Parts: sequence; structure tokens; C-alpha cells
Amino acid sequence: MKSFVFPEFHIIRDEAKCGQCRGCERQCAFGTHTYDPVQDRLISDDYKCAGCQRCVVFCPKDAIEVRPTQSPYRQNASWTREKMEDLKKQAETGGVILTGCGNDKPFRIYWDHIVLNASQVTNPSIDPLREPMELRTFLGAKPDFMEIKSEGDDVQIETKLSPNLTVETPILFSAMSYGAISYNAFRSLATAACKSGTFFNTGEGGLPKEMREQFGKCAIVQVASGRFGIDAEYLNCAAAVEIKVGQGAKPGIGGHLPGEKVSGEVAATRMIPTGTDAISPAPHHDIYSIEDLSMLIYALKEATNYEKPVSVKIAAVHNFAAIASGIVRAGADIIAIDGLRGGTGAAPKVIRDNVGIPIELAISSLDGRLRKEGIRNRCSIIAAGGIRCSADVIKAIALGADAVYIGSAALIAMGCNLCQKCYTGKCNWGICTQDPRLAGRLNVDIASLRLSNLICAWSHEISEMLGGMGINALESLRGNRDHLRGVGLYEWELEVLGIKGAGE
Amino acid sequence: MPRKRRELYNKEICACSIFGAMNRDGERFTGAGVMSAIANMHVRGNGLGGGFAAYGIYPEYKDYYAFHLMFTGSNSDAKRSAKQDFDVFLCENFDVVYDEEIPHGDETAVSDPPLVWRYFVAPRKCGDEANLSDDDYVVMKVMHVNTKIENAYVFSSGKNMGCFKGVGYPEEIGEYFMLDRLYKAYTWTVHGRFPTNTQAWWGGAHPFSLLDTTVVHNGEISSYGTNRWYLEMYGYACTLQTDTEVIAYAADLLMRRQNLPIELVAKILAPPIWNSIDRMNEKERRLLTALRMVYAPLLMNGPFSIIIGQSGKMIGLTDRIRLRPLTAATRGSMFYLSSEEASIRLISPELDSVWTPNGGEPVVGKLNNMT
Amino acid sequence: MARAHFADPHTKKTAQGEQRVNTAEIDATNMETKELNGRLRDLMLSGVQKIALRNVCGQRYIGTRLYNPERRKVEIEIFGTPGNDLAAFLFGHKIVVHGNAQDGVGNTMDDGEVIIEGRAGDVLGFSMRGGKIFVRESVGYRCALHMKEYEDKRPVLVIGGTSQDFLGEYMAGGIVILLGLGGKSHEGNFIGNGMHGGVIYLRGRVEKEQVGSQVEISPLDGADREIVDHYVSEFIERFPELGLNKEEILRDEFLRLSPRSKRPYGKLYAY
Repeated sequence: MKSFVFPEFHIIRDEAKCGQCRGCERQCAFGTHTYDPVQDRLISDDYKCAGCQRCVVFCPKDAIEVRPTQSPYRQNASWTREKMEDLKKQAETGGVILTGCGNDKPFRIYWDHIVLNASQVTNPSIDPLREPMELRTFLGAKPDFMEIKSEGDDVQIETKLSPNLTVETPILFSAMSYGAISYNAFRSLATAACKSGTFFNTGEGGLPKEMREQFGKCAIVQVASGRFGIDAEYLNCAAAVEIKVGQGAKPGIGGHLPGEKVSGEVAATRMIPTGTDAISPAPHHDIYSIEDLSMLIYALKEATNYEKPVSVKIAAVHNFAAIASGIVRAGADIIAIDGLRGGTGAAPKVIRDNVGIPIELAISSLDGRLRKEGIRNRCSIIAAGGIRCSADVIKAIALGADAVYIGSAALIAMGCNLCQKCYTGKCNWGICTQDPRLAGRLNVDIASLRLSNLICAWSHEISEMLGGMGINALESLRGNRDHLRGVGLYEWELEVLGIKGAGE
Repeated sequence: MPRKRRELYNKEICACSIFGAMNRDGERFTGAGVMSAIANMHVRGNGLGGGFAAYGIYPEYKDYYAFHLMFTGSNSDAKRSAKQDFDVFLCENFDVVYDEEIPHGDETAVSDPPLVWRYFVAPRKCGDEANLSDDDYVVMKVMHVNTKIENAYVFSSGKNMGCFKGVGYPEEIGEYFMLDRLYKAYTWTVHGRFPTNTQAWWGGAHPFSLLDTTVVHNGEISSYGTNRWYLEMYGYACTLQTDTEVIAYAADLLMRRQNLPIELVAKILAPPIWNSIDRMNEKERRLLTALRMVYAPLLMNGPFSIIIGQSGKMIGLTDRIRLRPLTAATRGSMFYLSSEEASIRLISPELDSVWTPNGGEPVVGKLNNMT
Repeated sequence: MARAHFADPHTKKTAQGEQRVNTAEIDATNMETKELNGRLRDLMLSGVQKIALRNVCGQRYIGTRLYNPERRKVEIEIFGTPGNDLAAFLFGHKIVVHGNAQDGVGNTMDDGEVIIEGRAGDVLGFSMRGGKIFVRESVGYRCALHMKEYEDKRPVLVIGGTSQDFLGEYMAGGIVILLGLGGKSHEGNFIGNGMHGGVIYLRGRVEKEQVGSQVEISPLDGADREIVDHYVSEFIERFPELGLNKEEILRDEFLRLSPRSKRPYGKLYAY
């Protein structure tokens, strides 16, 4: 059937600069560029271009430019180009529109409507370059009281403390499974996490055996509805275990790793036959209630001898705060909440763009709910979904999060340009693919350095902002909403965020 | 939508002077000395608040809780009406053995004084409340008054001690309540206030207190929002529109309810930095790591020096990198704490020892005969 | 309330021969800061060269209001406890305190000399650009913070005892000497955090963890020894009551703390 869809990108090649090296042809897995020996020139097919900019960056002569095309349609605020073309694609295929990355619709980004405080006169701002500035954070349950037995100078802790993760900076890498992303990308995250004193999350694709000894200590291993790659060693080699209930990009939806992505190594790690589809059902079929969740939490605690915190990750949806409170009471040590803008390797676009609530509002309402119930100290909150910079991190913490997960930000650090074609498995940047030729493009040393640089830079910036507020330990900003003010927000939004308006 | 549904608290930002004097043999002395000592640091305040805590002043009623009440209002009728509301509540919950207006000087010498009254009371617990300790019962009732009864504030609720405070320079407040003539205490702590962002009101002056714990504070607590939500989880209502009260409640929570020794409480309020903790031996490291982990929301961040008073004890503490000054000194049985050494020298020119304690390290004076 | 007495002028031997030195005394009992410093200024302008202040108790900024374009110099002796910011912006005068001093001594001091016959509080010598301060005993937090030097100006701070945390923070120039007399060990942390100029000499030991990451600990070379030798002599001269033996002091191990780089944070920023 003839497709009526217009190309999204236009490729402009400067023929004077082009040396016909055919580098672009080799770089593009979508087959955009082809060499015509007759004309001795490269020909580009705009229809195939994903806009990932790989050929642009790697052209040795800087001869290529890839630009988004202008909409060919009459301007229409209701029938936007995206709506028109998605509809055409469905008419042509009868299929669900798939996409990757996070929600790109112009929902209000609250981070950009919140401003931070700084000290003037009465409280000296602290110079983080010279004075101690502490970002160390503990993730896990804390007791209400700490019983102490002291005889003279000898002090013994009587209370049995729950296991906690120690992070040197409140930024963790979000769950991205081996299978969804390449081995090199996965290993880069693990390497950078260990180097930066933080953690990476295996997602639901298991942890390759040869990585366990070296990287287990900085791994949060996920237990998701598909239960891929889970055995006792997997659970015990890790620092923490996370039960994945939901994901911000696709709340209520399962996952599906197509058989063609299930290579020998992916299959071995997931402990499934090579080439079979790896299906993660929408729910955990052993969790139909909060009691069932509690049962799984304690099963995992038993399996790990109560030595590791158990996290439960849920998508931020309408009544999630009440559910999260139940999850804390069910025994979770950490609640990870993933907001509306959370990323994914593949999700139906209609779900990605229409389900869930923004993470900023979610953090605030969850923190508030747990405080009100007097159980805020019984768990830590990790916020995910739409953290783009250090300012977002610090605002998340002031709203009440203990730490954040970053997914898209980490991918961008490695080279991703958010072309949203992750689900095709043809990622030219070697990140979201299992094609050995593509995956090999990502150098673990370089990618992990880019990631650890990012963590280092954000940590410095967080220290600067904290110091400016006259605070020298991150824990003193947690839930300290007095250091935030809203700009351009409605009354109900300020209310949900629990912050004053600027100038108040 | 009504605006005040949102949390719109203010916190106090102030510079201030603090001073404390204790006779560790328990001999009692008038407030004259501390009044002149604090007056010597006049320039550290701006006349918008001054106050005193005095221990050992009510020996004849030492077994009863001494409530000091402030009744505010635009005129004397309003104040009387607040007092009536309070009296009804008080009689329902306590046996009152004696009450009177706290003697004071000329009302025109100070600005807009509230009606200030004291009651000596014993708890009258009924029903489920019978299971509460007397102290817990009193705390609960004090929180009730301060949140629910309009224009009535309990600003002192310990036994054999009392706070006196108001708007003015501390020496003026001392004179108003005639502290140099009417009272003798074995410990006096005092505060001169320099608030920059809260309105001056009598309840906003220091000390802040709960039961017999009092706090005078020089500093600003940047972690106030965090401290506050944590304390609210334990039932403390932060009502006084200032950040200092969280220190008093944190001291009550940790010292009275959780029974932690002051040395550990100091490590919670002003913990050593991780670099130092990481260098300690394993046992110490584990203890301090656990304290920081469990009590992270009670770290008092920002510059401060405080004097905590309790029955038989006076404790000085500064923030962990000592951004506000505190000098300690001893002379015989006397123990002094002050923002500046000169004020101590004024009332005790000769001293046995003078030092500036390290940030985060408490200096503790105790009554010698304390068991 | 006239508390300034002009004492009999007396004579002082100088290299130039005999010279008349006018002296005066002020009783500072109950005197406000502003009044005290006003009287000091008047005395200086009237030609008095030596002034004794009695019963000082917390008055601030002593010596600060003595700037004069003619560069007259006075010598002030303080009995009692001077208040904060003693000798702030000091313009070449000499101040001797017979006792302890509080916080902020020598704040942004330009020239002159301060001698404290006791201990001093926090932020002593903050941003000091010239002159000398001698403290017989120990000092508080953040002393010599951002001390700097410029052309021929090189401030010197000699401390008989030791210091609390953050000594020489952001230090950009000048010389600090910690003598650790009386077996005082150096317990302070964060020494020289952000240091990018100047030098700290310290008698005794200090652990690597106590000093900032930008600071190098090394033994003294010949030039260092000369400097230390010189200022130890000056210290001994100023506190004869201690009965110190120079050789004994210099015999012990000294360490030199100096910045690794003038630009410790050059690599902090992206581009």
C-alpha cells in the first residue's frame, strides 16, 4: 500500500564537502544513505531517517545536516501533524503506534516553575569548594527510635537497623534491562555507578553472570512480572532488590522483548531459550492485592537473609499516594515512583502520552501523605521520570524525595538523541540494540566516563546550590519546601506542591 | 480557594546574643548579673525580643508543673476572654493549686504586653490518658492549648523553673518582670534577639520551652522545614512562627522520650562530617553512621549557637562548623556560656578557664549533687 | 564623665636621640563603643602617641577609626577584654592586649601590629593584607581566612598555641606560623581548604586528612628556616614572660603547608 506519510527529517548533503567515503552509509542502520557507483555520490532517503544525528556527528567532512521538516499540512491546532500521521500509519497498518523515550507532549513541567532559595546576610552561604558539603544519602527504612545502651563511654545500639543503601550522591541510574539496551550500554552504566558511589538498576533482564562479582555491589536487581533471569544468586549478589510494579511511560502495561532481540547472551542472562519472545505480563500474576505484594516483599527478604533493602517501583497515577502508603506498610524499604515523563524502550504512544501524573506533583503528594501518616521515615522515596539536570534533582529532594533515578539523562550522556526509535532495535548509537555491529560502537570506557562525568558535574552543581541556601548536608533539604517558591502556578498547584508562591 | 490551607509558616532569621550562668553547687542567685551581662551585648540585639529561663525559682511548688501563660489580644477584654477559655480547659484537665498574674512593672515601659499569668498544676488524667506519663500528658495538653485555644500560649511548663520573655531588649524585659529582685535561680539563661523577618510578638521571643527544657538560640535553621515535618510526625505542633522551637522539641523528643544522653543528642543535632566519621574506629563509625542515618531529619543545619537549659543542667552547643560564636568559662562552682567573652568578664573578671568549644561538641554543666 | 587623662609626657630613647612621647589613658568602664573610639581618635589627632585603655569590656572596632592621611601612628595598650573586630582595617598602629581577644581581630588589616597576651577567637586575620599579629595562646575557627599579599605587603600571623578548624581557608598569601607551645597538638581540621597562595608553618605534626586536598605538606628548606627563625625571634621578644628558648623551639620538626596550585578549581567548569 502506498504510504501517505511525509518524511519527518530532511537530509541536506553538501556535495562540495562530501568525500564519498560512505561513512554515513555504514553508520545508518535504517538504510537512509546509499552509494550510487554510477554517479559516484551518496543518495539519502528522507523517509528512512530517524533523526538520530549519528551520520551528522560522524561525517568526517561535516558534509551532512539533518533537519526536521516543516509540516506539509495546513496549520491546525487540533489536527496536528503528529495526529494526522499517526492516524495514517494506523490506517495503513491496523497497528498500535509504538514509540520510545518519554512523553514529549507539552504538559506543564513544574521544575521550570519552581525556583530555589539562597542565603543573604543572616545565614552565611557555604562555599562548597572549601567547606564540607555532604550529599551522602541512605536509602531504606529507618526506625522510629534508636534504642541505646550505654555504660560509661561504651555505647551500644540496641535497635536492629534495617539495611540501607549508601549513595554518595542522590542520583541513581534507572532500570534499563540488558536486552532493551546493549551489553555495552548496560556495562557502562554499571561501571559508572560503581565509580561514582551510586547504583545502577538491572531492569528485568537479569544480570550477566560475569558481571555479578564486580558490579553486584552497585546493582539494584529488579524482579518484574516476567521474572526473567532471577535466581538466588542474582538476588544475593546485588545491593538491593526492586519489585517493578509499574513504569511511568506505560503504567498498567506489560512489556515485550521481541524474539529477534533475544540473542544468545540476552537469552542466557534472562534464562530463556534464544530467539523466543520475552513477555512481561501487565501485572505480576502473584500480586493481585497489597497482601500479595507484602508476601513477595517478604519472600525476597527471606531469600536475601534480610540483608538488602527491598524497593517497590510504581508509576505515579491518580491515587498512587494511598497505594504507596500501603506498600510501605507492606514492608517496602524504598518506594520508587516514576512520573508521566518517564522513558521507555518501547511503549504504545497512546499510553505513554496520556497515562500518569507529573513526578513533581507525585513526590509532593507522596511525601505529604507519608508524613501525615507518621511513616515517612519507614521508607525512602526515589523519584524518576523527567529529571533533566541538577536543578531538577535538588528540587525533587526539597519536595520530599530522598534520591532520583535518571534514565533518559544517562542515555543522552552516552550519545542518545531521543529519536524515539528505541523499539526498532536499530539504535545507531549502539545503546538500544542487540545488533553486535551497532552495539560495538559504544565504547564502555568512554561511555562510562561520560556518565561518571555527568554525575560528578551534577553533584558539584547540587553542592553549589545547597551551599547557596546555607545548607551543608543534603538531608537538611529533604522535604524542606520552604526553600522552594512557585512562579506562574495556579493556587491548586501550589497547594499540591506544598510550596509558597514567589514573593510570599 | 482559601489561601491559608497551604502551609504558610515563617521562620525566624536572627543574629542575637545568648548568655547562661549556672552555679553547679546549686546556690541560687538573682537575675541581676545576667541582665547586665546581656546588656553588655546590647548591640547584638535590636530590641525586638528578650527573654530568660530560670531554674530553681519555685521551690515551694517544686512538685507542680508551673505553667506560664500569655494571653494576647487587641485590648484587655480580649486578653481576659482568652484567659477564660484557657481556664475552662485547664480546670477540666488539671488540678490548680495556685495561680496569679506574674508580677511586673509599668506596662507603658514595654510595647503591647500580653496578660501574663502563672498556674501551678497537677495533671488530672481520665480514661485512656491515665496510661500516659505525667510529662507526656502535659506535652499533649500544651500542644492542644497552643494550637486550639485562640490567643492563649503556654510558654513555660516545667517544674521549679520558668521562662520570662517579651518584646524589648532583654534588660528591659528583665526589669519588667523584676528578675533582679523577685527570683533566685541556680541557672539563668538569657537571650537578646535581632529578628529580621518575623513580626515582633511576645511569644516569638526566646527562650522556647517544653516541660523543663528551654532553648535560647542565636542563628538561623536552614533545615527548619525538614526538622518540622519530622517533629510533627511525633506529635509536636510548631505554632510559634519561629524556627527555634524545633530545637526545644527535638531536645524533648531525643532526651526525654528517647532517653538519649546529651553527648549523642549533640551528634544528632550537629553531627561530625562524613570525612571525620569515615576516619573513626569501626565501633564509633557504626554508631555515628547509624545516628546520622536514623536521625538525618533532625540535623540542625545552618549557623547556630544554643544554650539548652534543663533541671540541673546547662548545655552549650554550636553548629558543626561553628558559624556562630560561643565562649565557655568557669570560675569555682560557676559555669558560664556566652556569645562574647567580655560579658562573662563583666560579671566575673577572674576566670579559671575560658575556651571556645569545637563545633558540634556540647559543653555540659551539671549540678554537683545531681543523682 | 571625663575619663581621658593626659599623663605627664615622658621621654623615650630612639635611634634619633631623645624624643618626647605623649601618653594618655582612658577608663572605658560603661563606655559605648562609639564613644571610646571617638576619644581614641581625638587623642591620636591631638598628638598622643601612646594610649592605655583600662576596663575595656566588649567595645568593638578598637583601632579601626584611626585612619589618618598623615600616617600618624599610635600605640594602644588594652586592659580588659576588647570586643569583636579589634584592629579591623588597622592602618599601621600597634595594639597590645593584656588578656584575651574575641572574634574578628585584624579583619582586613592593612598594616601595623597586634599582640594578644592570651587567646583569640574566630576569624582572626580575615582577609588581612599586611602587618603582623602575635597571639600568645591559641585561636578559634577560620583564622587567616583569605589572608592575601600584594606587592611588598606580606601579612604575618604567629600563634603560640594551635588553631581550631579551617585555619588558612582560601588563603591567598602571607605567612602563618603555629608554634604548638606547651605540647599543644594540632587537632584542627580543614587546614588550608581552598588555599591558593601563602604558606603555613607548623611546629609538630598534622595528618594528611586534616589539611585541604589542595595543600601540600613538605619539610622546610633553607629559605623557610630563615623565615621561621626570624619570626620565632620576634615572637619571643614580644612575650618575654614565657621565658622561651629559641633553639629549643627550632630544634623540633616543622612542616610547611603550601598550595599545590594557584588555580585549584581550574578544572571545575565545563567550558
